[in-house]
Amino acid sequence: MAKYEWLSEIEAMVGRQYGRIYAWDRINEAMVRQWCEIMGVDNPLYTDAEYAATTEHGQLVAPPAMLQGWCLAGFGDKKLAPGSTDENPYGVLEVLEKHGYPAVVAVNSNLTFDRYITMGEKLYYTTVLDSVSEEKTTALGTGFFVTLKMTYFSEQPEGLEDEKVGDMMFRVIKFKPAQKADQKSEQKKDKTEVNKEAAVRKRPKPAISDDNRFFWEGFAENELRIQACNRCKKLQHPPAPVCMHCHTFDLGYQVASGKGELYSFVVMHYPHVAPFDSPNPIGLIELEEGVRIPAGLIGLEEGESPKIGQKVQVEFHTFDGELTLPQFRLVPTKES
Amino acid sequence: MNESISGKAAIAGLGVTEFSKNSGRTELHLAMEATLAALEDAGIDPSEVDGFSSYSVDKVPEYEIARLLGCDQVKFFSQVPHGGGAACGPIMHAAMAVATGVAKTVVVYRAMNERSWYRFGTGDYGFAASPFFENVNYGYYMPHGFHTPASWVGMFAQRYMHEFGATSEDFGRVAVSSRDFAATNPAAFFYQKPITLADHQASKWICEPLHLLDCCQESDGAVAMVITSVDRAKTLKQKPVIIKAGAQGIAEGQQIMTSYYREDITGLPEMDIVAKELYAQSGLGPDDFQTAIIYDHFTPFVLPQLEAFGFADRGKAKDFIRAGHHERGGKLPINTHGGQLGEAYIHGMNGVAEAVRQVRGTSVNQVDDVENVLVTAGTGVPTSGLILGAE
Repeated sequence: MAKYEWLSEIEAMVGRQYGRIYAWDRINEAMVRQWCEIMGVDNPLYTDAEYAATTEHGQLVAPPAMLQGWCLAGFGDKKLAPGSTDENPYGVLEVLEKHGYPAVVAVNSNLTFDRYITMGEKLYYTTVLDSVSEEKTTALGTGFFVTLKMTYFSEQPEGLEDEKVGDMMFRVIKFKPAQKADQKSEQKKDKTEVNKEAAVRKRPKPAISDDNRFFWEGFAENELRIQACNRCKKLQHPPAPVCMHCHTFDLGYQVASGKGELYSFVVMHYPHVAPFDSPNPIGLIELEEGVRIPAGLIGLEEGESPKIGQKVQVEFHTFDGELTLPQFRLVPTKES
Repeated sequence: MNESISGKAAIAGLGVTEFSKNSGRTELHLAMEATLAALEDAGIDPSEVDGFSSYSVDKVPEYEIARLLGCDQVKFFSQVPHGGGAACGPIMHAAMAVATGVAKTVVVYRAMNERSWYRFGTGDYGFAASPFFENVNYGYYMPHGFHTPASWVGMFAQRYMHEFGATSEDFGRVAVSSRDFAATNPAAFFYQKPITLADHQASKWICEPLHLLDCCQESDGAVAMVITSVDRAKTLKQKPVIIKAGAQGIAEGQQIMTSYYREDITGLPEMDIVAKELYAQSGLGPDDFQTAIIYDHFTPFVLPQLEAFGFADRGKAKDFIRAGHHERGGKLPINTHGGQLGEAYIHGMNGVAEAVRQVRGTSVNQVDDVENVLVTAGTGVPTSGLILGAE
């Protein structure tokens, strides 16, 4: 974990949404005409109002390929149109740069157009940092593919919902340029080690104290141990050095049946944190012995939601070959 | 004889920086800007400050502020723990110091680059194996990937929905109202960016049952205030904002964000304690407020807070919300600055600032004839509350 600890900073950024970036100008005939001239596009649908009126559109439309251009920053000073966010969706590139990946090359972009855009419309887009790949080596060098997704909207009058008009997937590689031939083999070796480390990012291990060691040691024996008072016989969880009911320090434990029901639950989606799955359902289980315990839920079909009151049964699973945790399997409601 | 702190101290000065996602300067710089602005606002010379109070999670030490202000007689300093649960605690501590004569001029501050320098919601905190209580306690959650503030709140919220029939849309109505106020507050990050309930419902899941728009922002910025005696405040530049009550609360089965082992997890018993104490100190009740600042790191916990203070019966806050009582023009507009959802997340201290403006009559979303404002602090943790008002 030591070498690539900073990757977690990047993983935490994935899925983040960035605010609006507005177009400087409404869609207008002058800019469309100039664009068509420069690009050598002679379709009269874009420049001849009389012709356009006879088409299914009934009016001039802008060339779809101009979509990205409308919302670009100013030419010289790179200023964004008023009202635009000053959040930087490329912040992840700065983090990569800081960790030794100085070069950047745009790899590919895919544009999707939902509909034609007409004169007078005002566009803006929002951005999501869609993904950051594992470390890869290409002919250019070693680095990370970073994918952003921009969604373009046409601003509507107050009270109406803005209309999505298209989107764009934009991918770059942020990398360390390939070394000269004599350094290449060493570079390769580094990379393999790195990939190995990245691949085995482990679940965080619990901090264990003298107050709760019995609880954690139980899992290796496939036992769910609940602290029990040797004097008043009451149970308590989480474990403590003293009975919260009668205040004796004379405590033991009872092995729970592992049966219970779902008292509450959440389903984790963002941020994605390795090595956890997403979505990751977590239950608060009320054990039949009467105490509650949080743990991961298993046995859900895709798209199925857990239900409060659903019966559960404990299972023990070992992660990373070293950490055994209880997880609770949801018993299908019809059988319970 | 009135033994409480009620009516003895006042907020005499208020200073705030801009709120952003990247302040571009140090937390100490932000703290100094806000503190100097608050002293200027009050008309108090910096060297007169003889007390400080902040949050234990604030990384700007009071001694450095004191050194830079030129204070040579500091007699009181305190820090309140548990993150946003501290939002009102430092003001209460300052009022106690002033009421007892321990200090005469206390600066309360919260400065953070919680967006540009670090973030609370990453789910990855590099927690350690040494058996300190908090490390051991987080061990019950982190190995399962149950590791964000949104998820810890979500566990309470799911059960609340199950027991009382509240829905995601009810949480959404809280967010829509906050963003409506933010839309008309130029200091808000979401100025001129209102949302609809449909936007809320369409926003992505962070952690079911919480959508993105149920979660507050993460922000950079600072807020500071100056607290002194009511008698002195009357001689200063601003209309005194009287501290009519201040309270903290820890209740049975209390934990930090994970009090799941209580008999009932749909309420906020620590806020019940704060409510009871605030009402006892001030002699006020739920009908005496014209507006309130209800801590909104995550929308679901706004509902049980409304219940704790008697604005709605247990489990009925959803009806209060559905009737729009919390909105602009409602019978108890809440979070008129836009809340932490709409204005900024300065750990609740920006909410106290809005309460000060409401009492002074200077809020951009001013409510008519404000006499008393309730302010609450972070929920799910040991918490605090204040009642501020006009004389």
